[in-house]
Amino acid sequence: MALDQGYEGRTYPATEPYLVSREKIREFADAIGDNSPAYRSVDAARALGHRDVVAPPTFAIIVSSRAAAQVTFDPALGLDYSRVVHGEQSFSYQRPITAGDRLVAVATVEKIRSAAGNDLLTVSCALSTAEGEPVATARSVIVARGTAKD
Amino acid sequence: MTATVLFDSVQVGTELPAQSFPLQRVTLVMYAGASGDFNVIHWNQRVATSVGLPDVIAHGMLTMAEAGRVLTDWAGDPAAVVEYGVRFTRVVAVPDDDTGALLEVTGKVTELLDGRKVRVELTATAAGDKVLGQARAVVQLA
Repeated sequence: MALDQGYEGRTYPATEPYLVSREKIREFADAIGDNSPAYRSVDAARALGHRDVVAPPTFAIIVSSRAAAQVTFDPALGLDYSRVVHGEQSFSYQRPITAGDRLVAVATVEKIRSAAGNDLLTVSCALSTAEGEPVATARSVIVARGTAKD
Repeated sequence: MTATVLFDSVQVGTELPAQSFPLQRVTLVMYAGASGDFNVIHWNQRVATSVGLPDVIAHGMLTMAEAGRVLTDWAGDPAAVVEYGVRFTRVVAVPDDDTGALLEVTGKVTELLDGRKVRVELTATAAGDKVLGQARAVVQLA
């Protein structure tokens, strides 16, 4: 069954605030093998003009994926998660994420379409601080393989 | 924000230093923990092959993050990357041996933008296959 296009435009509740820590940024940088001092040293980050250690460009996925999961696991939408693959991902930053940020994400179903027997779901996650300052937009295209047939 | 590359020093066609990133099973385990993505296809060969994959595969987001290092290392400030997007066109199989997979990434300036920004296009290949499509970024230069 193709997904219900009536879900386009639906917005989900904001996620619980996520506190970005220096140690999580360091752990993420270690995992991608990046030894840049901007991820580890407050002094190095401040020399670049940041108030604290800065996050790698794709770090936002930690927060945005929690918001997007509300969509992919919404029983009413009925996405077959066992067939889901990540099709596309993009980030657009209003300002860098740094340690100390308390981030919340709001997911919106931007588009639902079918192509070649697959369901394609575009989810846009608006990241802001818990205080309401816009930080970034993370957009994911989620593909459910073979679910749009019949 | 303090990119170390001057906008005036680049032109369309300027190449970013290419880099290669080895991906081993331990890399995937570390990325799973760091990102919170514990999907079994990234660490369990039995499940990965049972759903038709060639082997355990790298997280698409790990591939994207590694490719992004070509941008951040070039720019000198990670925050200089103000937009970054990719399509995941092919899986990166990571065999359980001492070598794993090798991700090879190149980048090139394709457009000069207003506000001393540039558009960069990346290519990322593993075992000769292009694994990211439309891998593009906007980088704020000095």
